[in-house]
Amino acid sequence: MKTAAEQAPATAAAHAGTSAAQAKAHDVVLQVQDLAVDIRTHRGTIRAVNSVAFEARAGETLALLGESGCGKSMTAKALAGIMDPVCDLADGQIVLNGTDLAALTPKERLKFAGPELGIVFQDALTALNPVYTVGTQLGEAFRIHRGLNAKQARLEAIDLMKRVGIPEPESRVNSYPHQFSGGMRQRILIAMAVALNPSLLIADEPTTALDVTVQAQIMQLLRTLREEGQMAVILITHDLAVVAEEADSVAVMYAGNVVESGPVAEVFADPRHPYTKGLLESVPVHLERGAELNSIPGSPPELHDIPPGCVYQSRCPMVQAICRAERPALRPVTPPVSGAGAADGAGLTPAQDSRAITPISAEGRPVRAAACHFSEEISNG
Amino acid sequence: MAEPLLTIEGLTKTFHVAKSASGNTKLKALDGISLTVGRGETLGLVGESGCGKSTLARTLMMLETPDEGTVSFEGTNPFGLRGKELLGWRRRVQMVFQDPFASLNARMSAGDIIAEPWATHRSLYPTSRERDARVRELLHMVGLRPSDARKSPQEFSGGQRQRIGIARALALNPDVIILDEPVSALDLSVQAQVLNLLNELQRELGVSYIFISHDLTVVRHVADRVAVMYLGRIIETGQTEEVFDHPRHPYTAALMSASPKLDVSGAKRDRIVLKGELPSPLDPPSGCRFRTRCWQAQDICAKVSPEPQVITAPDGRRHSAECHFPLDSLKGLTGAAASAL
Amino acid sequence: MTSSLTDGAAPQPSAAAQPPTKNTEDTKGGKPGLFRLLLKDPFATVSALVLIFVGLTALIGPPLMGELATKQNLLFANKAPFTFAHGWEYFLGSDSLGRSMLARLVVASRTTLSVALPAVAIALLIGSLWGVWAGYHRGWRENVSMRIADVILSFPSLLLAVVVLYIFSPSAANIVLILALTRIPIYLRTARAESAELQSRTFVDAARTFGAKPNAIIVRHVIPVVLPTLLTLATLEFCAVMLAESSLSFLGIGIQPPDVSWGLMVSQGRQYLQTAWWLSIFPGVAIVITTIAANVLAAWLRIATDPAQRWRLALPRKRLIARIPVKEAKP
Repeated sequence: MKTAAEQAPATAAAHAGTSAAQAKAHDVVLQVQDLAVDIRTHRGTIRAVNSVAFEARAGETLALLGESGCGKSMTAKALAGIMDPVCDLADGQIVLNGTDLAALTPKERLKFAGPELGIVFQDALTALNPVYTVGTQLGEAFRIHRGLNAKQARLEAIDLMKRVGIPEPESRVNSYPHQFSGGMRQRILIAMAVALNPSLLIADEPTTALDVTVQAQIMQLLRTLREEGQMAVILITHDLAVVAEEADSVAVMYAGNVVESGPVAEVFADPRHPYTKGLLESVPVHLERGAELNSIPGSPPELHDIPPGCVYQSRCPMVQAICRAERPALRPVTPPVSGAGAADGAGLTPAQDSRAITPISAEGRPVRAAACHFSEEISNG
Repeated sequence: MAEPLLTIEGLTKTFHVAKSASGNTKLKALDGISLTVGRGETLGLVGESGCGKSTLARTLMMLETPDEGTVSFEGTNPFGLRGKELLGWRRRVQMVFQDPFASLNARMSAGDIIAEPWATHRSLYPTSRERDARVRELLHMVGLRPSDARKSPQEFSGGQRQRIGIARALALNPDVIILDEPVSALDLSVQAQVLNLLNELQRELGVSYIFISHDLTVVRHVADRVAVMYLGRIIETGQTEEVFDHPRHPYTAALMSASPKLDVSGAKRDRIVLKGELPSPLDPPSGCRFRTRCWQAQDICAKVSPEPQVITAPDGRRHSAECHFPLDSLKGLTGAAASAL
Repeated sequence: MTSSLTDGAAPQPSAAAQPPTKNTEDTKGGKPGLFRLLLKDPFATVSALVLIFVGLTALIGPPLMGELATKQNLLFANKAPFTFAHGWEYFLGSDSLGRSMLARLVVASRTTLSVALPAVAIALLIGSLWGVWAGYHRGWRENVSMRIADVILSFPSLLLAVVVLYIFSPSAANIVLILALTRIPIYLRTARAESAELQSRTFVDAARTFGAKPNAIIVRHVIPVVLPTLLTLATLEFCAVMLAESSLSFLGIGIQPPDVSWGLMVSQGRQYLQTAWWLSIFPGVAIVITTIAANVLAAWLRIATDPAQRWRLALPRKRLIARIPVKEAKP
């Protein structure tokens, strides 16, 4: 137990050369490239996540936005290394603080990623074991990774409960999960995720099951914890408004692919993918009551039935022959002002390689990217 | 407001539950609910889980019997009706359920599901030819193909299932449809399709909706009037714009503020983040139910339960809130708050 | 009334994309033939053939071999099976009186089925309907029903059978009734549990909002869902009833010789296990094979009648079980 605890930081240091705990704001904590996840099913192998690429930065929130079945939760599970047995990591790098998690064995990965990466699930009741007290469950991480004994771990657990704003932690540490309300359970789950001060926190629909007033409290807590620990937060959600309010940058996913990414304010103000644009127009704001909403026709393709070419072709209002023939790569798009220059490398001459071109950050800022043959036209029209 | 079609007065429903921590076994799910719904109007019903909005829907559908209170539908009170008259009431008020997967029997075809109400209301479409024709017509109305009648529910996507649920509710040509979170289980892009369909159906058929939702953005888009529920009471009600833009009850204000907004300008806004969580309905606070989370609660709030106060806006819109100290974003406050002190 | 509406909605069908077709064969011809689906599953097909064979044997076997089964021939007493040396009728050996085992098995099949089938059917019918009714209505109906079930279950069923069959004559009809009575609680409990869960489902609520009567809802929504489970249970019970009948025979109050049933043959052969094992093993094997076949077919039927699961039957069997991938360490 003790040796494992000591080894973990050592491995991290050897791989990364930097101390993970001292991440500076806006440093890239996690870099994901060409991530692909396969599911083995009775119908054969299905690619659930395809050449996904994004970066998460210290002290910032990256939102993975998408509808159900778009692969956003699968991506999160792949990052955390907790995929279902039928899923395989087919391709890609998951570089966390300089170490490629995808190249590690499950054992090494557990040692390294355990303290470095925390995850919060949607359903707090099933994510907690009903037969152990919350104190035991909160202290588990300290016993495993820091080799603390039960008494020390309990003190740490009380400290954690204080951090996430659970009233009277000294007495409630011995309570069982069912004795807490939904919002409090979510706080406990968050406490478990941040117990070892991870540099990356993945929150998978953390507030979907909660009421709006409680949701606001949980979001506030996540923001506070992010500032305190300079964590990078990956927020997985289907709610555009939550993204608009909570995230710094966003990666929009559709049918297993990232179709658009960039800073939230820019993406939402000027979407460059017809799907992003369609989603934004589906929200009934600034509309006359009862007025027709601009809905996206149809429904997303089944994962086993994703067409060749652009994943969005069946619902896209501006689909062309090229969209059916070739899948557009995720490539940088320029701001609308310099539209003339951008058309050179884009438009009707799509990249030969269908793999994603990783959005490279320029001067520490994430660059806007979209996977559409006609991203410039969307901005103009 | 349109001519009232459905009037609910003082509806109260108490459930008896196993002993709670405090020894209380009475759960007052509805505590004196009074509402009206006009013909062709949409009433939005907003509140958090456990506030009683689903119980209200179930009571109106007579899946629960209220302890007190009356419902009047064009003058008739359905509670106490029996046999044919009761069937007549049921025909005129129908419901669309939240979960498009659980609310359709997976062993029936879409056509059988839509035709199911007629097994009870045989006189409506007596021959099978009429029924088949009507099923095709209903499928068309909700944007499905007539050939879909033979398919079973699992062959449809979530949005299409909800269309089947809507077609089933329309099968009896009702006057009022209770929509219990009809789009909250659907993806955003599909949600917009279903909302458009509901709007279109209302325009064409003149049917009234009671639209229950926790999504304020959606309610604002569809509802003519809105009622906000908290712990079994309606704490604020009025025209949608009035309630949304000038909330008078602190809870309404907090709810509006807490709900995330899609604002692309990126401007950070101040938010009211309420302390604590919804008290257990088994042990509701004395006096005003909201006082334990209210930032402006006074002594009187714990002692006296506030009465609804009707506030008339300068433009004549009426709006009522149950609070001793309504937020005074408007003129025309009644003196009740002052006199109570 | 709807003409203008249908115009307005007209673009919708094209807008709503093709529904995802889960199983192309399913969607084409409406309902796929159960028979064709059956042929796709070799286990179920074999089981069905076995059951047809047993049924036909019980139906036309006894008239053909009845005489043979009672014909004693002490010259051929206790002959070992699997040899044609004594003629085809002694292929499965003979008992201590030199009667053909093959013929006795064939004759016993009719007695066995004519006791076990009605007993299972009666218990299934009464227990299921009672349980579904009790579960749907909850409240006192449920409580009273469950207490009755507890009483029947806690009372030793063999003792009950002994008392009843000593008082009345141990006729086949009485045996059927007493076996059915003691097995009713099994169905009652399962049906009640499933029905109690179903009555809170949303689609049942939906039916209530139309004003459908409880009995109509039970027939339309509850029974079709509960039935496959109960049928599977019934096939398991089939085995239990055959064995219960054999223990009654062992006590001398079951099927009376010269009538013969598989259960009776098992119990009669038990004392000769060391010298003539085939006397009880063959009827035992007949019981087991029949039960397994019925069970496999019931399990198949359960999936085949569930539209949400039917696609499973179109798959190769092994692929359903996923293996955990072992990731190789990279240097």
